[in-house]
Amino acid sequence: MKKLRELSHQIFGDGYSKWIFLLPSLILLAFFALPLVALMYRSIAPDFLVNALSRQAFQALKLSLITSSITTLVAVILGTPLAYLLARWKFKHKAWLELILDLPIVLPPSVAGLALLIAFGRRGMFGSLLSELGIGIPFTTAAVIMAQVFVAAPLFVRSARIGFSHVDKQLEESAYVEGATQWQLFYEVMIPIAIRALASGAILTWTRALGEFGATILFAGNLEGVTQTMPIAIYIGFERNLGVAMALSVVLILVSVILLTITKQLDKEEE
Amino acid sequence: MKRLLSLTLVLSIFLTACGASATPTSAPATQAPTRTLTVFAAASLTDAFTEVGAAFDAANPGVTTTFNFAGSQALRTQIEEGAPVDVFASASGKEMETLVTGTFVVPDAVQVFLTNKLVIILPADNPAALEKLEDLSNPGVKIVFAAEEVPVGNYARQALDLMNASFGTDFKDKVLANVVSNEDNVKQVLAKVQLGEADAGIVYTSDVIAAPDLKTIEIPADLNVIARYPIAPLTKSENADLAAKFIEYVLSAEGQAILAKWGFAPAK
Repeated sequence: MKKLRELSHQIFGDGYSKWIFLLPSLILLAFFALPLVALMYRSIAPDFLVNALSRQAFQALKLSLITSSITTLVAVILGTPLAYLLARWKFKHKAWLELILDLPIVLPPSVAGLALLIAFGRRGMFGSLLSELGIGIPFTTAAVIMAQVFVAAPLFVRSARIGFSHVDKQLEESAYVEGATQWQLFYEVMIPIAIRALASGAILTWTRALGEFGATILFAGNLEGVTQTMPIAIYIGFERNLGVAMALSVVLILVSVILLTITKQLDKEEE
Repeated sequence: MKRLLSLTLVLSIFLTACGASATPTSAPATQAPTRTLTVFAAASLTDAFTEVGAAFDAANPGVTTTFNFAGSQALRTQIEEGAPVDVFASASGKEMETLVTGTFVVPDAVQVFLTNKLVIILPADNPAALEKLEDLSNPGVKIVFAAEEVPVGNYARQALDLMNASFGTDFKDKVLANVVSNEDNVKQVLAKVQLGEADAGIVYTSDVIAAPDLKTIEIPADLNVIARYPIAPLTKSENADLAAKFIEYVLSAEGQAILAKWGFAPAK
C-alpha cells in the first residue's frame, strides 16, 4: 500500500499532477465538441445554401421562431407572478408546488407529449370538453406552443425565482415604510433588481422551446407550415434528404450559440 | 516535450489499467456461446416478426434475434450510416433498391417474402361519420397519413392517384388538404386513430389484426396498391449463416403461417 502511494506520488507528483484533472476534462470536452465539428464540416457543401434556404427549411425556421417566441412570452407573463410568489411568500405544501415545476424539466419530453395528449387530446380529460365547444388542440400550432410551454416555461420560473429571492429583505421593508403598495414594490423595486435573472431565464426558455422535439411530435404531429418545427424537420429530413437536415441543424446550432452568448453576457453583468 | 511525455505516461497507465480489469471478466466463458442476430424490419412487421423471432430462437438454441422496428426509410438511413445489421426487411422495394445500389445488400439475395394492401381505418365511434371511400374528401375530416417518404405514406398517395380516376381529378388534393399530420411510421398512424385524435388514416390490412377495435373501410382491388416486402441479408453481416437461416425460416411454411396469422398475404 505504501509502495503504491509512493509510486502514484512519483507519477502524479510535481509537474504531472495537473494531468489528473486535464486528461478527463479533455476527453469530455472532445466528446462534446467532435460531433458538432463533424456536423458542421460535413454540412459545408455547395448545396448548403440551397438546403438552408429551401422552402421546407424556411417554413420550419419561421414556425420555430414564431412558436418559441410566443412560448417565451407566455412563460414571462404567467411565470413572473408565479416566480415572485414562490420567492416571497411562505405557505403550506410549497415543496409540492416546486416539485410540479421541476418535473417537466427532468421528465423525458415523450412523457410530456403523451401526458398532454391524454389531457388535451380529443378524447382527453379536458380535451373532450373543449372538442364539444368545437376546439381541437392536437395537430395545431397551438399544440406546438403548449408542448413548448410545458417543457420550457419551468426554466424561466426557476431563474426568475432565484432573481427575486436575491433582493435584499431590508430594501423591501424600507419600501413598505415609504408607503409602497404591493404592485409598486413589485414593479418599481423587484423587477429592476431581478431584470437580468428574468432576461436570462427568458432566453433559456426560448432556447429550450426552439429545440423541443419529443413532446411536439407526439402531441402536435408533423405537418409542414403548421406543426413541423425545425427539430421535427431535421428528424423527418434525416430520412429523406440528409442535406436539408444538416443545414437546418447548423442553423439551429448557430442560433443557440447566439442566444447562449447573450445569456453569458447577462450573467457577467450581474456579477 | 516534457508535457507530451507525461501525457503518454498517464495514457498508457490508464490503458493498461483498463486492459487488466477487462481480462478477468471475459475469461469465464464456459457456457455455450450465444449469438445475436440483428434484424431491421418495417414497423408494420412489429407483431408478426416478434413472433417469428421467438419461434426462430426456439428452433435455434443459443441464438437471440433482436429487432429494430421503424419506418423502412428510417432503417435504410441507419444502415447507410453504418448500423450493424444482419437482415433488412423492408415495406417497399424502393428502400431495398437504394441499399443494393449502395452495395449494402447483395443484389441476388433480395427476395419478396410477403404482400400487403391498404385499408382505411376509423375510430370505433366514427366521429366524422364516414361511410365510404369518397367521404375522405369531405371538408373538415381530420386525416392522419404516414409521411410521403414512409412506404405506407407513399402507397397511400399512389392509391389516391388511382381514386382520382373514379372520384374526380381533385379528389387527391381534397384528401391531402384534410391531412393534419404526416407521421413517421405506420404504427404512429394507427395510434393516432386508435386514440381518436384523427377521424381516419390509411394503414395496411395487416395492421388492423392487432387493432380489432377499429372500424375499417375497404379499398377495392382496382383502387388499392399492393405492397411487396423484400428481405435480404446485409453485405457486411458478421452472421451471414444465421442471416440466411432466418430468411429461409421466414420463407418456410412455418414462417409464412405466422405471417398469415398477422394478416399478411404470401409473396406469390
